[in-house]
Amino acid sequence: MAAHRCSWWSWLLILFSLSVFVVADIHETTPVNDHHGGVDHNAQTAEQTADQPAVEERRWEATEVKEAATVDAAADIQGTSAPETVVPSSVPQPKDDFQEELVIRPLHSGDIYASFQFRTLWDTDFMRENKVSHYRLFPKSLGQVISKFSVRELHISFTQGYWRTMQWGQPFIPSPPGAELWVWFQDSVTDVDATWKELTNVLSGIFCASLNFIDSTNTVQPSASFKPLGIGNVTDHSFVRYATLPREIVCTENLTPWKKLLPCGSKAGLAVLLKSEKLFHSSFHSQAVHIRSVCQDWQCKTTSWELRQTLNSVFDLHNSGQTKREWSLFKMFSRTLTEACPLASSSKLYIDITDNPQGEQFELSPATSLLSQAVVLGDRRTFSVYDLTQETTFGSVRSLNLLIRWKSNEGEMLRPLLHAERYVAGYGLQTGEIHTLMYNNHPYRSFPVLLLDSVPWYLRLYIHTLSVTSKGKDNKPSYIHYEPSKDRVKPHLLEMLIQLPPNSVTEVTVQFERALLKWTEYPPDPNHGFYVGSSVISSLVPSTVAMHTNSTQERPLFSSFFPCKEESSYFVRIYTEPLLVNLPTPDFSMPYNVICLTCTVVAVGYGSLYNLLTRSFQIEEPNPGLAKRIANVIRRMRGVPPL
Amino acid sequence: MAVMQVDRRRGQLAALSIAAVVIIVGVPLWWRTTETYRAWLPVSQIKDLAKLQLHLSADVEVVFARGTVTPEQQKKVPLTQTQDEEHTVDEDTTLRYRYETKYRTATIMEEDALKKPTAAEADLSLHMLSESPCGSLVVYVIPESSSLLPEDVNVYIGQRRTALVRISAQMRVGKTLEQLLAQLEPQIKQVLQVMSFSHTDITVALSDRVRFRPGNKESIADSMRAFKSSPGYEITFSLLNPDPKSHQLHWDIEGAVQTYIQPLLTKLSPLANFSMDSQTLYYTMLGVTPRFDSSFEAYTLNADSLAHVINPVEARLGSNAASSNPVLNFLLYVPDIRHSPLYIHDHRKQEVPSNAFHSPRWGGIMVYNVNGFYGSETEFPVHVNINMAKVMGVFLAQLRLLLGVQSLSPPPGFLVAPCGSAGLADWELDRLMWSRSVENIATATTTITSLAQLLDQIGNIVINDNIAQQVSSAVTSLQLAMAELEVGNLGFALQYSKEAILASEKAFFDPSLLHLLYFPDDQKFAIYIPLFLPMCVPILLSMLKIVSEARQRRREKQAKKE
Repeated sequence: MAAHRCSWWSWLLILFSLSVFVVADIHETTPVNDHHGGVDHNAQTAEQTADQPAVEERRWEATEVKEAATVDAAADIQGTSAPETVVPSSVPQPKDDFQEELVIRPLHSGDIYASFQFRTLWDTDFMRENKVSHYRLFPKSLGQVISKFSVRELHISFTQGYWRTMQWGQPFIPSPPGAELWVWFQDSVTDVDATWKELTNVLSGIFCASLNFIDSTNTVQPSASFKPLGIGNVTDHSFVRYATLPREIVCTENLTPWKKLLPCGSKAGLAVLLKSEKLFHSSFHSQAVHIRSVCQDWQCKTTSWELRQTLNSVFDLHNSGQTKREWSLFKMFSRTLTEACPLASSSKLYIDITDNPQGEQFELSPATSLLSQAVVLGDRRTFSVYDLTQETTFGSVRSLNLLIRWKSNEGEMLRPLLHAERYVAGYGLQTGEIHTLMYNNHPYRSFPVLLLDSVPWYLRLYIHTLSVTSKGKDNKPSYIHYEPSKDRVKPHLLEMLIQLPPNSVTEVTVQFERALLKWTEYPPDPNHGFYVGSSVISSLVPSTVAMHTNSTQERPLFSSFFPCKEESSYFVRIYTEPLLVNLPTPDFSMPYNVICLTCTVVAVGYGSLYNLLTRSFQIEEPNPGLAKRIANVIRRMRGVPPL
Repeated sequence: MAVMQVDRRRGQLAALSIAAVVIIVGVPLWWRTTETYRAWLPVSQIKDLAKLQLHLSADVEVVFARGTVTPEQQKKVPLTQTQDEEHTVDEDTTLRYRYETKYRTATIMEEDALKKPTAAEADLSLHMLSESPCGSLVVYVIPESSSLLPEDVNVYIGQRRTALVRISAQMRVGKTLEQLLAQLEPQIKQVLQVMSFSHTDITVALSDRVRFRPGNKESIADSMRAFKSSPGYEITFSLLNPDPKSHQLHWDIEGAVQTYIQPLLTKLSPLANFSMDSQTLYYTMLGVTPRFDSSFEAYTLNADSLAHVINPVEARLGSNAASSNPVLNFLLYVPDIRHSPLYIHDHRKQEVPSNAFHSPRWGGIMVYNVNGFYGSETEFPVHVNINMAKVMGVFLAQLRLLLGVQSLSPPPGFLVAPCGSAGLADWELDRLMWSRSVENIATATTTITSLAQLLDQIGNIVINDNIAQQVSSAVTSLQLAMAELEVGNLGFALQYSKEAILASEKAFFDPSLLHLLYFPDDQKFAIYIPLFLPMCVPILLSMLKIVSEARQRRREKQAKKE
């Protein structure tokens, strides 16, 4: 037996070395450009460069495998790796896992809310020193960012449009208009600010966004509002950084790199629906990347990294010229679904049919018998589920084009329990007042909320004018964390814990003064106004149904983003509108005018002084008066001697 | 009249004193407040660097084994001998090579080592006896009767820094020692050309300074292939699976990298820092659709179209987010089921046996066919375990080429020992270090001199202290590196040359150099004119008036005298 094996090995070795001994003696001889090598162009080159203008400098050569290298390699095979075989049974269990899902919720306003979630879980440790990293499903660029900058948790979102809570209810994953980035660093980071600066620059390269405009003037360290969503009980808020760019405009160039992070790209699975021409033709668009570490089992003995890519959009089908109230996947995305991503362990499409238990509101085709119930944001919802990994889902036409046809317009939306809005009051360009209104629509329960306000330095807050009133009475916050701004260095940070009484409106007002900027500090188009990022309201809202506290339990992705600690309440984060504030804006030719005017004034003053000093003055005979001169003229005409 | 004269005198004095104040206080004040800050640069030293004189010196030890020299010859063996060679590359660059040859006879332990049955064993035991420093060589001259080398081999080049030279019979018989040494010299020189620097290598390394004019296309290809010297490299292995529905690929890249690539990189670690990672990319298509060739029953990719293959793939590869070092890409492409099997054809329409190509200064790509696993009733997806030994053999060969390890063909009569498990012999590393040090020095000198020239030409550029500091440290490191090369300390020379290149690049690409560069002159005048014109015109006019009056008065005086 041993001899047999030995001969098998030697046979393999001989075969293998034979295959590489036949060394290709080829050199493709495309001459290089003139300025590189100084070789004359011949006809062939000219032809080739005409063919391939972009790649003319790239030369290709067949690889000759040197015998020495491969003999070593061949010698090593015996010890290390098995020859290529089909191994159906002994496939190593991959340590990563990919899931995708799409939730569609018909909204009462007649709009459609579509929420994509893609989750990659990877059982690895980025923080190990000098480790060669091997990526399979997890994108390499993000993995390198995590390990280089020692990131514990990273949340980044790009949003176009404002989420209308009163019309649409709560989103699965909230985000403010513009770009938002918040990061928790590992305790091992010594210079958090420098790391943060470098990280934002790298991320702006990865996502093609202006995140490089994040600097100390718009970065804050929230003390309570942004706690890690993954595992780990960190309380030292010197390792967290939060910044928003409310002015950031989100478009195709941000979507393309986001799609590139998906293992299947936009070639297969749910991501084929993400066509930018339809996606950006919507009332609301938000794409986000969330990286954190999560527990693998309920005891949390092992952890793994989770990358969650979400994309939410609200389609307004009334305004886009639809006369009939019906929509389909094809109408929304101009694509239909034909297959799941082959790398995904689960690929599901959920339709929210809670308000349509008997089919009296809308009709769904093709119908599915698969139903699922999930507790989302304190509410038990029912979903029709289409499992894309099953062949039967696609039917005989091999494509899934979901269609909803409305039958009636009725139905009342449950008012969201927590809601907030914000505006600027006051007149003139000197002072103003920021009003933040928070609504507690719960009929009998009061609950606390954390309000975070980050106001740029050029609005100088008068913190002594801060007042919090609910139901006409003063409502004293139980916790206030205020960091005053520093001109051109850091923004104001105001965090408050406020108890909202049941069924009430709480109003927070604070007055500010508008600063006059230096003329180089104004952005292009300064008369558009200056954006002030959204306030963030985080709260544990009392729930009517029991929430699931076990985070590792198998649940739809959209219901498992915020960890839930107790059954009786659920976590909600709300963003208010961003503010657009006008600052006193100078006329920008002013500096030159000022220079000219000053110089003229100086020149006039200096000129007269100079004349006074250098000229000599003498008394002249006074001129005869006008009347006398006229009289003389007349006298001369009459021939009389003058006066 | 006298009162008027006094008045005029006072006016003139006032005008003069105002002019004096403007010149003594105003002009320096204006000058100081609008001056751009320019820190001091070592200009004269930089000018010296523009004229580069490189001295390279290598230590060679020639050891005579017993039976090669007679006892009376032994006594006359000279202790050292130096050889100088000078080349002028162009008007600004001269090269001087110096080989310091030391002669001695073998010690007893070395004799024992030379009595080993094979050359490889002798090489190993000689290495155990004494470790020669980086950049130096030991040549053992052995008698013709020695059985270490096969019949037709006269020179054996070991894995470390030793070579064995067999002395031939007619060389020795009845000749004086001088003649013997003269006979040996060409052979030793050949050994040096192979194991240490050669003039071609060094001129190629100088290509940043001197425009390299190669003789033929082959040598351009050689000079263009390797990556430029850099303090670090990122190596990325990518498995491209365009068809994950039909193929489930498993590659043990972790193990393969440890077994095949890591030993080479550990050996190369004095040269640069290497970091490695790997990724799997799905649904990545090549830029060209392969054509079906019925004569081969396979799909083929022509050498002409290879240039188009990579561009769409490159968009997916992603640049390294964490560093700015050059990236070496190695792609393993498993063709999708509809284009399988896929073979690469060269210009002569011949199949390339390794089925792999490499692109200079970019990386390599290998096509790995898995059509052998399709049976008539195979269930898709097919699970394939990739044979990493085959793949890594190709990638290792490509990596050696891209890093500039030249696998030159030895002259006749030479036997080169196969490089061991590290994939790189010590002397190969030395060769690489010689050319990399020279390349670094050449690049750093060009960077520094062009920076100095730029700063000299554009007076508006602010030179901050940190830039001046970087420039001076680059200049110091350059001088140190050149001094170390001159005395033959290769390791230190490389270290200093790396520091020089880092400092010079840092200074050259500093963003602060750009701040005031584009402040246009017309705007400057637009701001100055409203201030200067009304101030200066009265002063100038009154000066002119004073001068003309003085001249008139002198003329009147002369007229009076006459």
